[in-house]
Amino acid sequence: MDFATVIQILDSAVRLMTPLLLACLAGLYSERSGVFDIGLEGKMLMAAFTAASVAYVTGSAWLGLLAGIAGSMALSLIHGLASITFCGNQLISGVAINFLASGLTVLLGIKIFGLGGRTPALSGGGRFGEITLPFADALRDVPVLGPIYSELISGHSILVYVAFLAVPLTWWVLFRTRFGLRLRAVGENPASVDTAGVSVTRLRFAAIAIAGILCGLAGAYLATGLSAGFVKEMTAGRGFIALAALIFAKWRPWNALFATFLFGLLEAIANRYPNLDLGIVTVPSMFMNALPYILTVIILAGFVGRAIPPRAGGEPYVKER
Amino acid sequence: MAAAAQHAGGRPETAAPHAIELRGISKAFGPVQANKDIDLCVRKGSIHGIIGENGAGKSTLMSILYGFYKPDRGQILINGKPTTITDSQTAIRAGVGMVFQHFKLVQNFTVLENIILGVEDGALLRPSLAKARGVLKKLAAEYQLNVDPDETIDELSVGHQQRVEILKALYRQADILILDEPTGVLTPAEADHLFRILEGLKAEGKTIVLITHKLREIMEITDTVSVMRRGEMVASVETAGTSPEELAELMVGRKVLLNVEKAPADPGAPVLEVRDLRLVDDEGVERLRGISFDIRAGEIMGIAGVSGNGQTQLLELLGGFPAAGAKVSGSIRMNGQELDLTGSRSDAATRRARGIGHVPEDRQAEGLIMDFTAWENVAFGYHHAPEYNRGLLMDNAAIRRDAEQKMERFDVRPRNPNLAARNFSGGNQQKLVVAREIERNPALLLVGQPTRGVDIGAIEFIHKRIVELRDAGKAVLLVSVELDEILSLSDRIAVMFDGRIMGERLPSATTTGELGLLMAGITDVDQHAADEGIPPEHRHVESLPDDNAPGEAR
Repeated sequence: MDFATVIQILDSAVRLMTPLLLACLAGLYSERSGVFDIGLEGKMLMAAFTAASVAYVTGSAWLGLLAGIAGSMALSLIHGLASITFCGNQLISGVAINFLASGLTVLLGIKIFGLGGRTPALSGGGRFGEITLPFADALRDVPVLGPIYSELISGHSILVYVAFLAVPLTWWVLFRTRFGLRLRAVGENPASVDTAGVSVTRLRFAAIAIAGILCGLAGAYLATGLSAGFVKEMTAGRGFIALAALIFAKWRPWNALFATFLFGLLEAIANRYPNLDLGIVTVPSMFMNALPYILTVIILAGFVGRAIPPRAGGEPYVKER
Repeated sequence: MAAAAQHAGGRPETAAPHAIELRGISKAFGPVQANKDIDLCVRKGSIHGIIGENGAGKSTLMSILYGFYKPDRGQILINGKPTTITDSQTAIRAGVGMVFQHFKLVQNFTVLENIILGVEDGALLRPSLAKARGVLKKLAAEYQLNVDPDETIDELSVGHQQRVEILKALYRQADILILDEPTGVLTPAEADHLFRILEGLKAEGKTIVLITHKLREIMEITDTVSVMRRGEMVASVETAGTSPEELAELMVGRKVLLNVEKAPADPGAPVLEVRDLRLVDDEGVERLRGISFDIRAGEIMGIAGVSGNGQTQLLELLGGFPAAGAKVSGSIRMNGQELDLTGSRSDAATRRARGIGHVPEDRQAEGLIMDFTAWENVAFGYHHAPEYNRGLLMDNAAIRRDAEQKMERFDVRPRNPNLAARNFSGGNQQKLVVAREIERNPALLLVGQPTRGVDIGAIEFIHKRIVELRDAGKAVLLVSVELDEILSLSDRIAVMFDGRIMGERLPSATTTGELGLLMAGITDVDQHAADEGIPPEHRHVESLPDDNAPGEAR
């Protein structure tokens, strides 16, 4: 495996981890506030569909992005109403959102575009193009650092950079701002926030709204950055992988970056070597493609050591007598 | 009744406005009238006690004052000004601070973060934290409220956590501090320290409202006291002009015997012999570290200690239901016969068959099934008894008849065996459990926290029954965190700390102070600690009730 191949695999990993990272951070905000969100998958799927549809109709990836965020936010709002306002079960609400998105996207897709649930292929302004960072071409021939800068770091869609910037930003918001302090507190002990005179409901809705935006970005990237259009069930479990990564990351932003990178890398390797030849045995492609999902199962089975979720996670807040 | 006549509303006005004045506060939760037309005046710069049985409406009233609930009717005046308290924020702005019975702290936050939560100075934390650090230093010096600001809450003892709650209120510039059952979780020494802090606060002109059900605390520290009963304010009196007996009578509405009357014990042969009992829980924490003791027939052995020092594990092990995954060693002999510690013959049913009755510490989780009826609950654990069965079927009519009789004898109210356990008050639930266990006439009765959350009237009754069982020549093991209860009921007292028995004392030959030291792990000469090479300061750290699972990484 030469250096150029490594760079290509890493480059591919960066692209593939981006939706995972965005969704993982979405889950982080939501769960840090004490609202479990297994509807990441559905929100991403909805966002991918609305983004692709609007991008196709208007020819603008940016309008598509806005539509993606709107689609995801709509589902976030439903989740919030069900689980915060009406104190419903957060897991059930999340499952319902996944089903809703799965059915609604295909139904609307068939009704509007008549392509069996797909949207027409996007081209030109309907997709987010690759951004070439300054001096990328000039530095291409510098040994080692040249390819790293011009191929790995440069040449991604804007949403990739947004995702990576969201990591330090999330860390800063969580641990350096008033909002972050309250957000973490409400996920640990909502009564402490309530008795301090701060609204638990408002905080949790704020967290869910941020999760909606981030899922919107993730879905829009899937449909208008990574691919060129919406395909039925195109999220393919990424929302659940993001949840696994969130547990793996122990609900911390920097860890989330590494956790999602690991998943992205596995997917990139699987794409690059469908049949990995290890000399003695050839690993079949099915196994390679299943790797991220296998890793998910292993992580969820608790092989990463004890991960402590936010203490109040999953519980609707009701004032006690 | 002179005290009752001196009703709060009727008291002559003093020149300075009252710190708190409540007029006609009413609050209902569904059909339950928690507060009925409450009037209350609290003098500025005084310590005012509010006493009443569980469910008398004390906490509801204070929660209204703190904006946690909105009253249905009534008026609140703070420092003479009519104030509408819609939420905690307005209460805080009006200068009211509250220390809840269950602390409202974020466990994995530092002290400083907990203090500023909700009163940050701006969108960024750094300046707020710096300011709070300075203020905290001043407050600590002023009121003996020392806490390391950078420690996280789960590393603090309960007493220190409570200090953080008080500091939180002071940081919010509270002039009126409400404490809800503040000593329930403290060792006697910690409680004393708390009272010194409260006196310091009072000297600075702060007004303190102390909610409690412990008469001794009221007599010790308050200037004035109000008594609540069934949602109503029945009296407000000067503490100096009243007595525990009078207050107890006001609380319950009838004469109450505060001290258990019992003849000296006449112990017989040992019933239970425990030797070197050890238990390691599923997380590898040693909960019992070599417990040995005997209980004789006709004797009540009391085990004192701050909760979380192994008493729960001891009771569960003796009762036959240690927590899953626990590793146990040692021996238990009952009337000379070895009891199995593991295997199928170590379960609760076998223990019951051997004559061990058990009133568990947590009646709602272990003593009763809350959604089942009273008569079903009265049969639990003994449902295979011949008189409850007819062939293959249970004889429900017989159980119901039996339940009715037991409820009659134990004065369980309402006397309706078809009511779900949930619908009885704490005291009556406990009477159901005690009736079930005592009426089986066990050779050994294990009793955990028999009066936790139980009102004075029921306490008196339950204590009497336990003493009667003793007088009938049975052995009783009493575990309680209430020192008063241990002292008045036990014939012999063992103090548990960190999974060990620190010493045995006779109630006649010991003091609360001495027991308090033992409860904190300090033996008279500290010989024990020296033997083990454990520095004394470390032992204090270990005295924390271990509620958080250890091994939890932060």
